[in-house]
Amino acid sequence: MAAVSVIELLRQQISTCEAQLASLRQQLAEAEHLHRQQQQGLQLKRMEEQTRHNTASTSLVHDMSYGIHDDFRSEIFAALSHPEEENVPPRRWPLENSEYKRYGRQLIMPEIGLQGQLRLKQASVLIVGVGGLGCPAAAYLVGAGVGTVGLIDGDVVEESNLHRQILHSTARVGMTKVDSAIVALSSLNPNVNLVAHPARLTPESSLSIMQDYDLVLDCTDNPASRYLISDTCVLLGKPLVSASALRTEGQLMVLNNPPLPPGGANGGPCYRCIFPKPPAFETVVSCGEGGILGPVVGTMGVLQALETIKVLSRGVKGLAANGTTSPEPPTLTMFSAYGSPMFRTIRLRGRRQTCASCGAKATVTPEALKSGSLDYALFCGSVAPVDALTANERISVDNYAKIRTEANPFTGSQPSNDSHILIDVREGVQFDLCSLEGSVNIPFSEISRTPLKPMREDVAGNHDATPEEGWVAALRSHPEKPIFVICRLGNDSQLTVKKMKALGLDNGGKRWIGDIKGGLRAWRENVDQDFPDY
Amino acid sequence: MSAEVEEASPEYVPITVEFSGGLEMLFSNERKLSLSIPRRDKDGQKANVAFLIDYLCQDCLKDPRKDLFVLDGSVRPGILVLINDADWELEGEEKYELQDNDNILFVSTLHGG
Ligand SMILES: [Zn+2]
Repeated sequence: MAAVSVIELLRQQISTCEAQLASLRQQLAEAEHLHRQQQQGLQLKRMEEQTRHNTASTSLVHDMSYGIHDDFRSEIFAALSHPEEENVPPRRWPLENSEYKRYGRQLIMPEIGLQGQLRLKQASVLIVGVGGLGCPAAAYLVGAGVGTVGLIDGDVVEESNLHRQILHSTARVGMTKVDSAIVALSSLNPNVNLVAHPARLTPESSLSIMQDYDLVLDCTDNPASRYLISDTCVLLGKPLVSASALRTEGQLMVLNNPPLPPGGANGGPCYRCIFPKPPAFETVVSCGEGGILGPVVGTMGVLQALETIKVLSRGVKGLAANGTTSPEPPTLTMFSAYGSPMFRTIRLRGRRQTCASCGAKATVTPEALKSGSLDYALFCGSVAPVDALTANERISVDNYAKIRTEANPFTGSQPSNDSHILIDVREGVQFDLCSLEGSVNIPFSEISRTPLKPMREDVAGNHDATPEEGWVAALRSHPEKPIFVICRLGNDSQLTVKKMKALGLDNGGKRWIGDIKGGLRAWRENVDQDFPDY
Repeated sequence: MSAEVEEASPEYVPITVEFSGGLEMLFSNERKLSLSIPRRDKDGQKANVAFLIDYLCQDCLKDPRKDLFVLDGSVRPGILVLINDADWELEGEEKYELQDNDNILFVSTLHGG
């Protein structure tokens, strides 16, 4: 067994390395091709310039030969020959020829034009989080020719990222997200200066990292980062383009725009103005738990790039300096893939006078930030692993596997799935993907919805007006069989055990109810390696 | 037009209530409710958003996890209340008096990315 899995592992490694090699060869070929083109382009340009110069002087000589005073002619020649004396001729056009070609389709739009393109080229933006939002945002900003794009992320690429994080690739699984994105982005547009920050943003580092950029994109996935990024943007006077997505929905806001100093009432609201208090941490659902559709988060990332281009091409530095109000009032754009209409724009409030970050008496200061006294993790709470049960209400996956496969050491009875009830509390869609043989699905959402006692009395005062939920009644009808509860990671199963006991399903302690520790993840790790990992 | 509708229903305000960002899960997965709310509360005061939130908790919120919607008598942090597509803070928050055909939207913030 062991030898086989080692062989399999080696095969996998070889194929991964081969894929990486192939990708590197392709990138090398592309880079060489580009280099050759640039060299040829340079030579061509030199030749063209010479020819042009020769033709120009010849035609001038011809034109000047007729009826022009010789002194004036000398003056003209002197003026014309002046540039020749300098070694480096001044650039004829504000952009490189290759830039006119590359950005031509956006250059000819009045919203961008030459001025807009030059502003993009001079601008620097920081993308915090190179995942489902950050990848498409970075691709469009690098494609559009933003001069400097910084990327910050502390994670490495995982296979489960690839359906939505479009800069990463199968061959680059295991590489840091920042490095992987830089490989993709530099082949997309080698003219952009890409800056790597392969680490998590922290309160200690945020000021020094963000101060070099003109604008920040919040492409992160948790409330603590969102408050930290917003606070730092207010302190440094940077506009913030913030987005988020979950399942089939997304939200987008342009914050701190215009980016006036704290107390500047005409500045754009910050994240704290809109959400002064963080959400309860138990209500924060990640993409890993709730799921996410690739194009949904992609849409939001693309919209972030769009808003960034709008702010930058309009001139962000001018806004900060002269304090004019933003041309658009603050809004929240909501996207719902299955909603009708799909997009909805909501008018937001302005700055909150009492805001801890951007208000007149702000308590979020650079010193407080740097000293680490603003504990963002504490402010937002953190999801501690659930520890709701006592040791004799729990069973390890190994021992549960024995119950399923070995004779009972106490009674000698043969193993059977019928000897107990196995309840899987994952949502129905997940249960349909894969489940243990003989398990019964009661989704945790249904269990949470179940009231502990009948909702209300009816008019006559009868207490049993509301019939008991179907699943509760079904379990009550087999009062003798022990109940094992399993879920994906081993948290919901514990809460379910508590709820079942509160509903009296344990017959006052006569029936055993407990959870399988670590859930199906532990089952896969310790018992059945073939059980799908999704 | 709308004045006639108002006259037609002297006791109830017809409004639309919507949920987004996952809040619909607390309301039996209904994203949109068409409700008729009593025009006046039991003290004879005009029905406002605070009254509506109470009404929703009493009559529409079947999930026992009511604290995921209201906390200490107010909408829980992280939920935006929007009155006719504007932040309720632009409209007077809980004291805003309901008008015929108002649209009240409750949005839970998303954090994924
Ligand atoms: Zn603020």
